[in-house]
Amino acid sequence: MPFEVVGDAIPASLTAEKGDPARGRAIVVDRQKGLCLLCHSGPFPEQRFQGDIAPSLEGAGSRWSEGQLRLRLVDATRLNPDTSMPSYYKIDGLNRVAPAFRGKPILDAAQIEDVMAYLATLRDGPGAQEKP
Amino acid sequence: MRALWILPGCAMLLAVTSAHAEIAAHERKSGAEFMSPQTQAMQADDASNPGMLAVLDGEAAWNEKAGAANKACADCHGAAEQSMKGVSARYPAFNAATSQPIDVAGQVNQCRTGRQQAQPLRAESRELLALTTYIGLQSRGMSVAPPDDERLTPFRERGKALFNQRLGQLNFSCAHCHEDNWGRKLGSAPIPQAHANAYPIYRLEWQDVGSLQRRLRNCMSGVRAAPYSYGSIEFIELELFLAERARGMAVETPGVRP
Ligand code: HEC
Ligand code: HEC
Repeated sequence: MPFEVVGDAIPASLTAEKGDPARGRAIVVDRQKGLCLLCHSGPFPEQRFQGDIAPSLEGAGSRWSEGQLRLRLVDATRLNPDTSMPSYYKIDGLNRVAPAFRGKPILDAAQIEDVMAYLATLRDGPGAQEKP
Repeated sequence: MRALWILPGCAMLLAVTSAHAEIAAHERKSGAEFMSPQTQAMQADDASNPGMLAVLDGEAAWNEKAGAANKACADCHGAAEQSMKGVSARYPAFNAATSQPIDVAGQVNQCRTGRQQAQPLRAESRELLALTTYIGLQSRGMSVAPPDDERLTPFRERGKALFNQRLGQLNFSCAHCHEDNWGRKLGSAPIPQAHANAYPIYRLEWQDVGSLQRRLRNCMSGVRAAPYSYGSIEFIELELFLAERARGMAVETPGVRP
């Protein structure tokens, strides 16, 4: 599925459909699918273990536009080559991927749109005013 | 999944290089320091350290005759307390016969097949872990001291490159976790600095003793990578690099880990 990067964003949806924030939240907290809470914390009071490798997801929707969020999910190494944020929608240029995961992105296009739609709803939080 | 570039990015063209923060000497910490006080106490007290059972099995195996040669380790090496003192602190070492570095488990199997004329012990088998844990204990408290042997240098350099290489579907390197993010939490697990000075360990999650290579295979599966095989040259190279990184730290075998 091709996509177009404009500046630091992917403005157009990866699918024809609009993402669903409720499905997106479920993917974010799922430790097999999204894996986000391995590294991030966020407004998930029901989740006991949240990582602290990465900035909190709180306020992500105020800090970034939908297109910016989309690129950060699809391939964050384009913004910071040393990042530890996984590229969720990338299959080339990877090394020694285990057979069960080979040739597949971590999330498919519809799941990326769901997660992006959810992140866009996160409008409060410490970063709401300042853009990093 | 190929992107069409409209505006060129700047840093993005450098995507193959990476810069990780090496751990400064004064910040270096054993994995034990990241554990709860209860698990630390379990490691510190031989009466409660479950790894000591492997040590006892290892002592028995050391003295047991095996193979067509009907010889025990002790028949060639005598008392392990003297002959094995410091061995685990300096291995992997260069093996002239194969022109490759070899780790303690590899050396045990070389003695098995060459001197005892017995079948090699399977990777992660109870008997091999018992012997390597028993041998490891003979260096406990000594400083990790990899030999200054130039023949090891290219292998150690490759180990360093492997440590810094991204891998798996999640696409991180060992250094992403263990140099950039040690001390932080990955889900519920504190990320240690990846020093290999306590192996073999007893891991509560495994309910068993396991080798350094088993630990590394876990890290690799965690990032959805196909792990290297037990005994592979890649693992020996990583072990050489990890030993250099831990130079001067005290050997803690048998470690306990959560
Ligand atoms: C293994 C670690 C890791 C995982 C897993 C991870 N991230 Fe990230 N993420 C990072 C890091 C580190 C950054 C900081 C940016 C950088 O270093 O380039 C980041 C940055 C971000 C940002 C932009 C930063 C900001 O200001 O908010 C968003 C949005 C984001 N991640 C969302 C997610 C979502 C959603 C998931 C799961 C689908 C996820 N991340 C999974 C490590 C991770
Ligand atoms: C996604 C993060 C991550 C990556 C990538 C990773 N590790 Fe680890 N590693 C961990 C965590 C977390 C632990 C602590 C054990 C646990 O609780 O699972 C650990 C433990 C270790 C230990 C044991 C330290 C001790 O004190 O017992 C070593 C050695 C190690 N890793 C080496 C490596 C090497 C070599 C690589 C690359 C092949 C690697 N790790 C890749 C997260 C990672």
